[in-house]
Amino acid sequence: MSAIGDQAYLRALPAEKLPPPAERRGMFGWLREHLLSSPANIALTLICILLIVWVVTPLVRFFLVDAVWSGSDRDACLASSAQPNPGACWAFVRVWFSYFVYGFYPLAERWRVDLFLLALALGMVWLAWLSAPRRDIGALYFFVVLPVLSFILLHGAPLIGLAVVPTSLWGGILVTVVVATIGMVFSLPLGIFLALGRTSDMPVIKLAAVSFIEFVRGVPLITVLFMASVMLPLFVPEQSAPDKLVRALIGVALFASAYMAEVVRGGLAAVPRGQYEAARALGLSYWRMMVLVILPQALRVTLPNILNTFIGLFKDTTLVFVVGIFDFLRTIEAARADPKWAAPNTTLTGYAFAALFYFICCYGMSRYARGVEAYLTRAGRR
Amino acid sequence: MRCGPKAACNTVRRFANAAVSQQALPRPTRRRLGGIALQIALIVVIGGLAYGAAYNAALNLSHAHIASGFGFWNNTAGFDISQTLVTYSASTSSFGRAFWVGLLNTLLVAAVGIVLATTLGFVIGIARLSRNWLVARLAGGYVELVRNVPLLLQLLFWYNAVLKSLPLLHGSMALPGGAILNNRGLFLPRPLFGANFSAVVIALIVGIAAAIGLHVRAGRRRERTGADGHILWPALLLIVGLPSIAFVAAGFPLSFSAPQMGRFNVSGGVEILPEFAALALALSVYTAAFIAEVVRAGLLAVSHGQTEAAQALGLRPGQTLRLVVLPQAMRVIVPPLTSQYLNLIKNSSLAVVIGYPDLVQVFAGTVLNITGQAVEVIALTMAVYLAISLFTSLTMNLYARATAIAER
Repeated sequence: MSAIGDQAYLRALPAEKLPPPAERRGMFGWLREHLLSSPANIALTLICILLIVWVVTPLVRFFLVDAVWSGSDRDACLASSAQPNPGACWAFVRVWFSYFVYGFYPLAERWRVDLFLLALALGMVWLAWLSAPRRDIGALYFFVVLPVLSFILLHGAPLIGLAVVPTSLWGGILVTVVVATIGMVFSLPLGIFLALGRTSDMPVIKLAAVSFIEFVRGVPLITVLFMASVMLPLFVPEQSAPDKLVRALIGVALFASAYMAEVVRGGLAAVPRGQYEAARALGLSYWRMMVLVILPQALRVTLPNILNTFIGLFKDTTLVFVVGIFDFLRTIEAARADPKWAAPNTTLTGYAFAALFYFICCYGMSRYARGVEAYLTRAGRR
Repeated sequence: MRCGPKAACNTVRRFANAAVSQQALPRPTRRRLGGIALQIALIVVIGGLAYGAAYNAALNLSHAHIASGFGFWNNTAGFDISQTLVTYSASTSSFGRAFWVGLLNTLLVAAVGIVLATTLGFVIGIARLSRNWLVARLAGGYVELVRNVPLLLQLLFWYNAVLKSLPLLHGSMALPGGAILNNRGLFLPRPLFGANFSAVVIALIVGIAAAIGLHVRAGRRRERTGADGHILWPALLLIVGLPSIAFVAAGFPLSFSAPQMGRFNVSGGVEILPEFAALALALSVYTAAFIAEVVRAGLLAVSHGQTEAAQALGLRPGQTLRLVVLPQAMRVIVPPLTSQYLNLIKNSSLAVVIGYPDLVQVFAGTVLNITGQAVEVIALTMAVYLAISLFTSLTMNLYARATAIAER
């Protein structure tokens, strides 16, 4: 053996790994692989860069560089010798900002709106933060305490000295938030009941739930809102016709609950059958089985879908516009029609501001939904 | 559990329900009696609500002196509609006619929107999976931006900020081909069909039928022998060539009348209303973002092994996509795609905001205001959308059953 040992050299340690070739490394390697791998790819990259330059440059110029930031009327945003090519008219948004947030809510009472928004934010954070303490109390707060508190705050309670503010004065982001929140708070429980009805084995209940869900999902929200605002007053005694905002809220909540029911049904279907059987074997009644065993799992699985339904609901709140309620979008429409601010760019600026608001809210929610989905996947893998 | 085809879902659910009800055996009678009582209670509540609503409605309507029933259907409408696909005049046409005009306008904008949204959606969905980082990011940015802004806002943007800021009448843009564009709409040359134009249409139909026949035959031959016949060129020749020959043989039976600029309006030509253009644009841009996500999910659902296997069999990339990946992806894509189409049709009711004369604007808006018969008008409007939805889901279920993979 020693003969071989003399002749051959045996390496004791493995060789160091060589780095990849220079052209596959670092920034240049990345560029090569992702942008410049073939002639067609290079052409695509060039087209995209041109497109970005062609779109982004004018946008930045319009909304930032050439924009008008302050002023008290349209003159600030009109073309003049000082600014031959004025851009976005942010002065318009600044002047109208409080109207966009509160509508015609009386100035002296606006602290109540602020307090409501704060209380709502607290409830949302409590529920959204998955490892927050005592989330059961959070849910109770959000679904029971908050609605009552908001009603007292926003509508007023003469008993404790809060003047009544009629809903015709509400407007702007306040109304958008109220419609969206009421939609969420009512559509989830309603949707759960509808989903349970649809999966029930009692024919009448099943038929009622299926007809309601399929009917609502088959028609546009606008017709539901029309129905709520035009037909609902016909169906109740003349003197007890509900408030205009309340009618729209009923329409939105019923509409959202049908979509929520389908999402919850998906969650119910995802709970393994063994869970139902085990709960039954333990002697639990139907409601105890649902509340203690099935629903917690079903809602957990389908949480990202519930959030996506909320995003859709939030976007759909803009449609209350059609039945004459001054939500955020409607206040923008009202403000841009003001002759005092009639300048070529006010419309676009108003819409850009609205788009920014909706985008931040919806994108935030969808990022959160994705985060929850990733968390559930991790938790499920274990 | 995620179950694909509807039929399979139903089976799974049926088993789940059966399991639940079987577990109730220990106390069957009590439970069944409770269930029956609950159902009777529901019937009573619903019946009571319906009776109360009907009673109040009758009372309120008689107080307001509003008729009920569809007696108004044949009365003269007396209002104008800005876009009519069938003959309609304010002085002679009935409310019923106005209903059909509105319905046709809804279907027109939905059809245009569906074609545009599908095209754009497939392009963007495929672009999101591009190996080119920039292309994928741009497509992703489009989807995120468009999906997170309400459709109504986008519609107002297209209508008020883009189309209304086009030049006024006296500054109209003259487009190539004799078209005119201003803030009142796009005016295209109106085609005038000659006496023998029907021959061209017949030739086109024959050409398309022959091309379909060719396609079917090529498909059969491929199943039998595996040989991939190229039918693209012969098919194109049939579809384009036959009508062209007929066109020449019939003596060029087609001419155009260009729109003319007047002092106060544009006369002649085909007018595309800004309301129509804004609605079609908003609907297709918005829905395209959702379709892109559907397409992306569908393509990702086909396992990479399928592509590898196809390549191992020697298929070219184009063939792999056409014969292996797409047919499997379409099974996943088509059901959610249909529901996006339904959403688009339902969303077209936003027309009422910008005044495009669709079903909701004409019927649930104008006709309701004139007649005041809210119950009948809204019920009929809802019934139309419901019928479209139910018909589509029925077709979808048939499709799902036809394309379901027969599992052993």
